[in-house]
Amino acid sequence: MKMEVKFYSGNVAAAEGAIAAGCRFFAGYPITPSSEIAEYMSRRLPQVGGIFVQMEDELASMAAILGASWGGLKTMTATSGPGFSLMQENIGLGAMTETPCVVVNVQRAGPSTGMPTLVGQGDVMQSRWGSHGDYELIALSPSSPQECFDLTIRAFNLAEEYRVPTMLLMDESTAHMYEKVVVPPADKIKVVERKRPRVAPEKYLPFKPARNMVPPMACAGEGYRVHVTGLTHDERGYPQTTDPEVQEKLVRRLCDKIRKNERKMRDMEILHMDDAELALISFGISARSSKAAVNRARKKGYKVALIRLKTIWPFPEEYFEKIADDIKNFLVVEINYGQLKYEVERNVGKGRVHHLPKFGGAVHTPEEIYAKIKEVYNGN
Amino acid sequence: MNIKDLPEDENYFTPGHTACAGCAAPIIVRNMMKIFGKDTIVYTPANCLLVFGGTYPYLSWKVPYLHEAFENTGSCIAGVSRAYKKKGKKVTVVGFAGDGGTYDIGIQALSGAAERNEDAIYVCYDNEAYMNTGIQRSGSTPYGASTTTTPAGKKIPGKLEHKKDMAEIMRAHQIPYVATMSIAHPKDFLEKTKKAKETEGFRYLHVLSPCPTGWRADPAKTVELARKAVDCGMWTLYEAEYGEITNIYKPKKKIPVEEYIRGQGRFRHFTPEMVEELQRWVDEKWERLYGEKP
Repeated sequence: MKMEVKFYSGNVAAAEGAIAAGCRFFAGYPITPSSEIAEYMSRRLPQVGGIFVQMEDELASMAAILGASWGGLKTMTATSGPGFSLMQENIGLGAMTETPCVVVNVQRAGPSTGMPTLVGQGDVMQSRWGSHGDYELIALSPSSPQECFDLTIRAFNLAEEYRVPTMLLMDESTAHMYEKVVVPPADKIKVVERKRPRVAPEKYLPFKPARNMVPPMACAGEGYRVHVTGLTHDERGYPQTTDPEVQEKLVRRLCDKIRKNERKMRDMEILHMDDAELALISFGISARSSKAAVNRARKKGYKVALIRLKTIWPFPEEYFEKIADDIKNFLVVEINYGQLKYEVERNVGKGRVHHLPKFGGAVHTPEEIYAKIKEVYNGN
Repeated sequence: MNIKDLPEDENYFTPGHTACAGCAAPIIVRNMMKIFGKDTIVYTPANCLLVFGGTYPYLSWKVPYLHEAFENTGSCIAGVSRAYKKKGKKVTVVGFAGDGGTYDIGIQALSGAAERNEDAIYVCYDNEAYMNTGIQRSGSTPYGASTTTTPAGKKIPGKLEHKKDMAEIMRAHQIPYVATMSIAHPKDFLEKTKKAKETEGFRYLHVLSPCPTGWRADPAKTVELARKAVDCGMWTLYEAEYGEITNIYKPKKKIPVEEYIRGQGRFRHFTPEMVEELQRWVDEKWERLYGEKP
């Protein structure tokens, strides 16, 4: 098998990445600007023996991928703002039942119907805690069609490894951008499968965690007892809805399996960090303009670094704690009115975290970021 | 009532919108609005009508107009209608939703509103796919049609399922008024609209809305397509009050379904077997409705 070079849009690259990662079930619903993923999957999945279903809405799409995941398949859905909102209850169910699956959210400008055909990055917080209750998820954010391909594979791998719904937080610009995508031969792509129980069926406890805090997963029909519920449950999977101790043990583990494994999920591109006084923090399409601005500022002698987050959730708290003393100022560049900014502030302290928002509908230009760099740098 | 009886200058949905050439939706909405009149409040969810008639500077609405989320037309018209009733004001409350917003994502809110017999009119303009987002299949898309999520290929020949009978679902709710309508039958169309306006309680109007863009058909043939749909039995015209059919139109000469689908790109790949399957579905529907074999 040979490496292939393709010319893909971000949406198509994400779909191809899913197939490369072993996705064989897609349930979705039309919504701009993500519809191309469903359209592409409707043609492509049957060719590889997979299943495409167009559902009656996004509640159904999200619920169907949870069901198919429990049927033993790797599953995905794709949507945008309003659809992502409708999926939230079932995303919470996925977190509670520890169901591996991937949710692509091609962000458009919101709130509500907003600007359906134009870019936004306003779902940063929703992709973390959009559902009710305490839980943690994983969210990755690609900046190019190549990364749409690569990070979709990674999203599947993390979803399977940690048994958690994993968000691919794309944006309209990256989704509709066409670029070269290098597709490695299938045997060079790292694909992770969910851990199966190794004990005898009578000794299997479906929610007893392994050392990484993740329980091995058995599906119905494999000889193991399967009892899955959105109610608070013990290691046997049985509902315990009046015992606060069971609740504490479960919720602690649901959160900690993500928080305490953060380092293994960490993924960022760091540029010019060595002598930096100002660090830009960005992700997705905004990070591309930021990179151009940082490179230009460097040529002019500004000691500026770029931290481009590919994994947004869990947030790399430990890393920011480490660099907090070395960097004088931070500048968060994002297409919203301050979401990632709060998370950076929470980790490095208020007062020195600057913000360059866009409200959706347009991408930052390198010029405006460069101007802001000068302004922050010169203390204006 | 005839088209000549409509006030020519009284438009509550005005020209100047950006619908595609040959779109039936503005024909439906403009003529209905002439009867609903100025004391009307309109709700639409996401659909083509929102985009081509409800975005500045091409706004076409001359009555209060509200846009809501995709799934809740039934609930929104219920809320506004109850508020005005409380205030003692008599207004006509109308929701205009497409087939996706009716058959699929909106059926829960619609069913709830019908069951509570909310005093409002729900209009489904049915173009048989999600046209606004780029021609994806819906529960209304006919058997075999090629859409962007049911692309006709060598192995899968388009949509595998038949069209859901939404009007029959609404009739089963036993609401005061259900009517299925066609722009090719203007007299019938206007009379049903008038009757809907004059009836109290929940009213459901369902109009087939040919979409040359999505059906890949000649935009000059919109009305002809609408007529042929009725003549072949793919689309049937009736009225039902409290669940009972009170008036039904029967085409004088039933044409084969092949005559209707010919010229529509979405059916271009049809094999004789597929035509036969669609004809079987039409004939069964015919027998159910008219109580006799075609």
